[in-house]
Amino acid sequence: MEIVALMKQVPDTETQIKVNPQGTWIIEDDIKWIMNPYCEFGVEEALRTKEKHGGTVTIVSIGPARAVEAIRTALAMGADKAIHVDDPALVGTTDSLGKARILAKILQSIPFDIIFAGKQAIDDDMAQVGPAVAELLGIPQLTFVNGLEWIDGRTVRVNRQVEGGSQVIECSLPVLITCQKGLNEPRYASLPGIMKAKKKPLETKNLAALGLDPAQVGKEGDTTEILRVELPPPRKPGKIVDGETPEEKAAKLAKLLREEAKVI
Amino acid sequence: MATGVLVVAEQRNGAIRKVSWEVLSEGKRLADQLGEELVAVLMGGDGISSHAEALGQWGAKRVFVAEAPELADYRTNPYARVVVQVAKQLEPRIILMGASSTGKDLAPRVAARLGVGMLSDCVGFELRDGVLVGRRPMYAGKLYAYVACKAVPQMATLRPNVFPKIEPDPFMKAEVVKVEVQFEESDLRTKVIELREEAGGRPDLTEAEIIVSGGRGMKGPENFAMLETLADLLGGTVGASRAAVDAGWRPQSDQVGQTGKVVTPNLYIACGISGSIQHLAGMGTSKVIVAINKDPDAPIFQKADYGVVDDLFKVVPPLIEEVRKLKAE
Ligand SMILES: Cc1cc2nc3c(=O)[nH]c(=O)nc-3n(C[C@H](O)[C@H](O)[C@H](O)COP(=O)(O)OP(=O)(O)OC[C@H]3O[C@@H](n4cnc5c(N)ncnc54)[C@H](O)[C@@H]3O)c2cc1C
Ligand SMILES: Nc1ncnc2c1ncn2[C@@H]1O[C@H](COP(=O)(O)O)[C@@H](O)[C@H]1O
Repeated sequence: MEIVALMKQVPDTETQIKVNPQGTWIIEDDIKWIMNPYCEFGVEEALRTKEKHGGTVTIVSIGPARAVEAIRTALAMGADKAIHVDDPALVGTTDSLGKARILAKILQSIPFDIIFAGKQAIDDDMAQVGPAVAELLGIPQLTFVNGLEWIDGRTVRVNRQVEGGSQVIECSLPVLITCQKGLNEPRYASLPGIMKAKKKPLETKNLAALGLDPAQVGKEGDTTEILRVELPPPRKPGKIVDGETPEEKAAKLAKLLREEAKVI
Repeated sequence: MATGVLVVAEQRNGAIRKVSWEVLSEGKRLADQLGEELVAVLMGGDGISSHAEALGQWGAKRVFVAEAPELADYRTNPYARVVVQVAKQLEPRIILMGASSTGKDLAPRVAARLGVGMLSDCVGFELRDGVLVGRRPMYAGKLYAYVACKAVPQMATLRPNVFPKIEPDPFMKAEVVKVEVQFEESDLRTKVIELREEAGGRPDLTEAEIIVSGGRGMKGPENFAMLETLADLLGGTVGASRAAVDAGWRPQSDQVGQTGKVVTPNLYIACGISGSIQHLAGMGTSKVIVAINKDPDAPIFQKADYGVVDDLFKVVPPLIEEVRKLKAE
């Protein structure tokens, strides 16, 4: 089976975000970069699919040179090969559609049966690229998947997280799945895995090599534009609810919530 | 020329979802500012058209209704076909949906088919010369960006529980337009086997007005019973930190935070939660935050409007009694 995992490198969840002096973007200098946590679920599910059905796992990632580190991690986890797209025209792009067009273009040039993506990238929090890629490829999508079983070699049954429950859906391949926490426990890269990853094929391509026009998929072609960014407004300093006993504190808290905050 | 605001109404089991009223309300505000028409599209199985009237009372001048057995349960492709068909016929300036499990699945698919970008999960809007600028959280709320749409239709999804609802007008009447759709085999490749609703009947975290959350300080799954009691008294729901979820005390759907749900309730009560950066990212924009923690140096106190420094096992039971008294008044 031909299995693909779309993977993005993002800032570590511990990162304190700082805004540049112009207020146009964040300062990226001191950031530690990791594989998007939801993409970890995708890579893991891709590996499990291969373990069940055989085949190859290909990682596809768009990002600057630093993204190679996350790609190597995916290869060390057990993926077979990777395609990395890096192009100066992509610096500062904000659009999911452009990214989806690049990913779709690559997928049109390689065989695939099933594609895994994260439910969202925890930096831009768009949750768009998976569905957009599925649309451009003309295949079904199953999003926010937190459970997956194989009915047979060509059919999956998934659990999609919805408000207050889940939707159980069946679909035959080819399909694109976006992964939510709960789907699996991603494995760690083993030491031999890390050694082997260094020798696995990793191709870096630019837009021209893909036959894509930067005016369409690069910053110039963006259909959305970030005008300004800001940190969330600071919260007003709070109150410590005092009292001699826990009961007193509880009574005072209830009163404050009713009379001052008016929320209960 | 593109004109008007198109809102995609959302239903489940034939009932309109709460987020739809919020999206209609914001849609109406934007349409009024533009001096243009608010239109809604409603999709569902048999009998769904009976809701068209209500959508009219919420400000929709026209309601496009697609009623077909293929639309009874939400599925991406049949729904996307209807929305795209209506959008092509109507040529709206703006298309809005809720940033719910449905809207987040449908909107990017529709946007890609229409060849436009879109703004996910917005918490505010302004119009600049007819250009839609959305305010949206990034990095799970550690940053806010003002993002403009440069293509038409301008598309966005709206975070649930953020936009205030207007008062519906019982005298307003919408023109109902029937949508005839021809589905193709490729639309129907996914089969909905069932919709599993969680027992308990509490609202979803993303829709709840009040959330009582527990962390590692809860010590075990059995102790969440008291948080459930408090949440039920307040008409709210129960959340959890990742520590509590990873320990297996709560289902994953309860997790609040950067890699869980991002929530905006009126009241968030954090019990035995330290306030890690990942947890704060998910609940930091709650209107009122209460922290109950025995460690006075816990970072959660820096975000809390009301902090109680004490053993939660001694504070929560009398708090339940106090709330019960207040509710009985
Ligand atoms: C990639 C990544 C993603 C993550 N995503 C999330 C996320 O989405 N959501 C999330 O929550 N976390 C997330 N985390 C985990 C996060 O870093 C913390 O580990 C987690 O939030 C801690 O949970 P906690 O506050 O319940 O536990 P702790 O930090 O252990 O805090 C427990 C608190 O309980 C208090 N306490 C103990 N006993 C009592 C008592 N009897 N009475 C009162 N107080 C008491 C203690 O003083 C302490 O402050 C993520 C981590 C990573 C690496
Ligand atoms: N630059 C990228 N390279 C590869 N995959 C990506 C990229 N951006 C997004 N994706 C995929 O799409 C998912 C959702 O991202 P987003 O729509 O940006 O929230 C991610 O988890 C990835 O699987």
